[in-house]
Amino acid sequence: MLVYIGKRLLVAIPTLLIISIFVFSLQKLLPGDPIMAMAGEERDPAVLDMLREKYRLNDPIPVQYITWLGGVLTGDLGISLRTNQPVTELIAEKLPVTIQLAIMSMFFAFAIGVPMGILAAVKKNTAIDYVASILALSGLSVPNFWLGIMLILLISVNLGWLPASGFESIFVDPVRSLQTMIMPSFVLGNALAATLMRHTRSAMLGVLSADYIRTARAKGLSPRQVILSHSFRNALLPVITLTALLFGELLAGAVLTEQIFTIPGFGKLIVDAVFNRDYAVVQGVVMCTAVGFIVMNLIADILYVLLNPRLRASL
Amino acid sequence: MTAEMHRPPILSVRNLTTSFRTDGGWKSVVRDVSFDVRAGETLAIVGESGSGKSVTSLSIMRLLAENASRIEGEVILNNRNLLALSEKDMRAVRGNEVSMIFQEPMTSLNPIFTIGRQISEVLTRHKGMTTREARAETIRMLEKVRIPNATSRFDEYPHQFSGGMRQRVMIAMALASRPKLLIADEPTTALDVTIQGQILDLIKTLQEEEGMSVLFITHDMGVVAEIADRTVVMYRGDAVEAGDTADIFHRGQHPYTRALLSAVPKLGSMQGEAAPLRFPVVDTATGITIAPPPAKAPLGHRQPILEVKNLVTRFPVRSGLFSRQTGAIHAVENVSFDLRQGETLSLVGESGCGKSTTGRSIMRLIEPTSGEIQLDGYNVQRLGSMDLQRMRKSIQMIFQDPFSSLNPRMTVGQAIAEPFLKHKLGGSKEAAEKTAYLLDRVGLSGAMMNRYPHEFSGGQRQRIAIARALSLDPKVIVADESVSALDVSIKAQVCNLLLDLQESLDLAFLFISHDMAVVERVSHRVAVMYLGEIVEIGPRAAVFENPQHPYTKKLIAAVPVPDPARRGIRRGLADDELKSPVRPVGFEPPARQYREVSAGHLVQMA
Repeated sequence: MLVYIGKRLLVAIPTLLIISIFVFSLQKLLPGDPIMAMAGEERDPAVLDMLREKYRLNDPIPVQYITWLGGVLTGDLGISLRTNQPVTELIAEKLPVTIQLAIMSMFFAFAIGVPMGILAAVKKNTAIDYVASILALSGLSVPNFWLGIMLILLISVNLGWLPASGFESIFVDPVRSLQTMIMPSFVLGNALAATLMRHTRSAMLGVLSADYIRTARAKGLSPRQVILSHSFRNALLPVITLTALLFGELLAGAVLTEQIFTIPGFGKLIVDAVFNRDYAVVQGVVMCTAVGFIVMNLIADILYVLLNPRLRASL
Repeated sequence: MTAEMHRPPILSVRNLTTSFRTDGGWKSVVRDVSFDVRAGETLAIVGESGSGKSVTSLSIMRLLAENASRIEGEVILNNRNLLALSEKDMRAVRGNEVSMIFQEPMTSLNPIFTIGRQISEVLTRHKGMTTREARAETIRMLEKVRIPNATSRFDEYPHQFSGGMRQRVMIAMALASRPKLLIADEPTTALDVTIQGQILDLIKTLQEEEGMSVLFITHDMGVVAEIADRTVVMYRGDAVEAGDTADIFHRGQHPYTRALLSAVPKLGSMQGEAAPLRFPVVDTATGITIAPPPAKAPLGHRQPILEVKNLVTRFPVRSGLFSRQTGAIHAVENVSFDLRQGETLSLVGESGCGKSTTGRSIMRLIEPTSGEIQLDGYNVQRLGSMDLQRMRKSIQMIFQDPFSSLNPRMTVGQAIAEPFLKHKLGGSKEAAEKTAYLLDRVGLSGAMMNRYPHEFSGGQRQRIAIARALSLDPKVIVADESVSALDVSIKAQVCNLLLDLQESLDLAFLFISHDMAVVERVSHRVAVMYLGEIVEIGPRAAVFENPQHPYTKKLIAAVPVPDPARRGIRRGLADDELKSPVRPVGFEPPARQYREVSAGHLVQMA
């Protein structure tokens, strides 16, 4: 097992290097000048030069990259050009918010998508299957922002059940924190639920026609045992891999959702940073996301191996 | 025998009709089938694919999809009509009063649960045992089906067992609750012949010990003869004949029964024959037998078209952090033989013996590790890619599975003409003429060339694959299990076709097969392979009538022979498994000596 994890981590190193080069060069190719954005009305060339010198923007680009990479490796992601805060500090502040959003969204996605997928597979080609498919298709087709706005209008504005926006740390006021997060995470989880449902359904259909399910039925097991124990645990394997891939979609969705519900998370941080040409922050956030994505996939692969006796034995 | 006749039936099937829902309404696949299974007896249902024999067994267990099938008639077990039970009551019957084992041991066990858990489940479900009691009883069952080290193997997963061992696990699972009736649906079809012998022995022994009845579904007349007291013959959904197994074999009335029996290759039936013999053809409508044409005179002395010397093919096995080579599969080890024009040399052996790898190495579809191959004047080992293409005109291959070896999006005409056009042997007009000619040659019609593979049956597709292999006018054809997937009657026809083609086109066949009876029928010479090596090679009559190597003897003894006089035989085969040809790095295979028994009959010495 350790060998396997070691192997995977070794593979992650070149991946991260390529991402870092990509992110760094893309930044340099983008139009706009961070110093101009920073300086605002100030147009004195001497001042601008001084600022460029301060942030080492006059160095050749490869040197800038190496300097930045050196910082990254020592845990220093640089300083925000805009707020003068260290990027690590900014990330540490916003990351927990988005993690909470992500976990709650995943909860909704699983709670809705997986049971619906199982039901649709078991009741294949019946009204239940069709209704589930239609719901899934609508979940995929309805844009996040529209659903978000409609929910705010209905639940917050008209009914006044939940706050329309804002954020409270779960460690400070858990009830309030959950209240503010329910709607955003439902909106975000909804789209993922649709994808999960479709994949759970097809994975279940594959398993339900397997020979060993016929064996399980021939043993006289109840439908509950056949479906939940013998079938679902096998169908779970492809779903786990999918979940790790959905993590990317989740982050993309978080950007929009956080804007709509004005949640001070990662998504908002990166949008603001891009608009302000705040290179250090953008690079830091993207690197951080990439690491997160790789870690999620690693966890998924480990889970996959652990749940699959055949692979477990080969480790 | 007479005592058994008067025992009351355990299971009575009356007028069973099963239909499946299709676009155009209900289509019956089993019609008006009736039979009894008496206490302690074995009843076989025999038939070819599409005869409805498996559907019959699944109907008894009510395991067919409920919304897509309809079962009518009566299935009476212990004075209860199973078809009238509620689904809940039926679940209490399944795995308890009636158990079932299936054809595919590799996929019939759930890969993510231990085998112990899968067997105990039956006991906790039906016998109300606690987990601990069930564990003890499961271990007892595993010992009963002769699984070595049962206690330690309880917690292992299916992938840690070989096919034969998995089938033992399935049997343990089926018998755990001591059912009155065991339904065995082709339980040995996917197994190697020596393993099949072990499993048949096991089923017979357990049946005696437990006194249960067995409903045995199979397509193999040899297995029927060995295991069944009585037999029902099914043909396209109808039970055409039923009776004592001996009566069916010797005094079968229905033309189909006679046709089926005459098509069955029977090991030992070639004694005294000098050359390969075609199968007799029986008209399924009238039952009249058309005797096979007399054997052709044996081949004179001719130059070999293919010479293989010291062929070795190994595949590296890698593992660990940096995928270091930790061993090698010695798939083919020091194999030498030659093949003459117009001759059939068969490579026989069980799975993993290297027979297919040998065939592929000769064509360089797999790169051999070392050795020398001379084919039709080519030194195959040294050919560049252009010459390799030219060489392949001389040698063509026919594969096992006629369903997956034809591209479903190409018409059969395109498939047959493709090699001809790729090798630029002529324009599209010549290609079309050649295709039509070849289709006629293989017993189809040139008018069929615009059809797609799905419009043909399995046997017809194999004929198309043969036509495709012939389109380059090859001298050698490698037939890799080419008739193994076909039904008995189709198998006989395709074998006859191959013999016809050999005679008229002077083809040499390298016939790769695990089926000893077919091999005996079609070969001039036979090579027996075991763990990558040829252990015995020689003229067909010498190898079959005077086998010398212990493995050849074991293989021949394991083949079920369609002769009801052998009913009840026990082979007393050791419960061992096939050995693996995986060796550590640096393994030096021992040098082998061969002993010449008679002219051309060589046996490996231990």
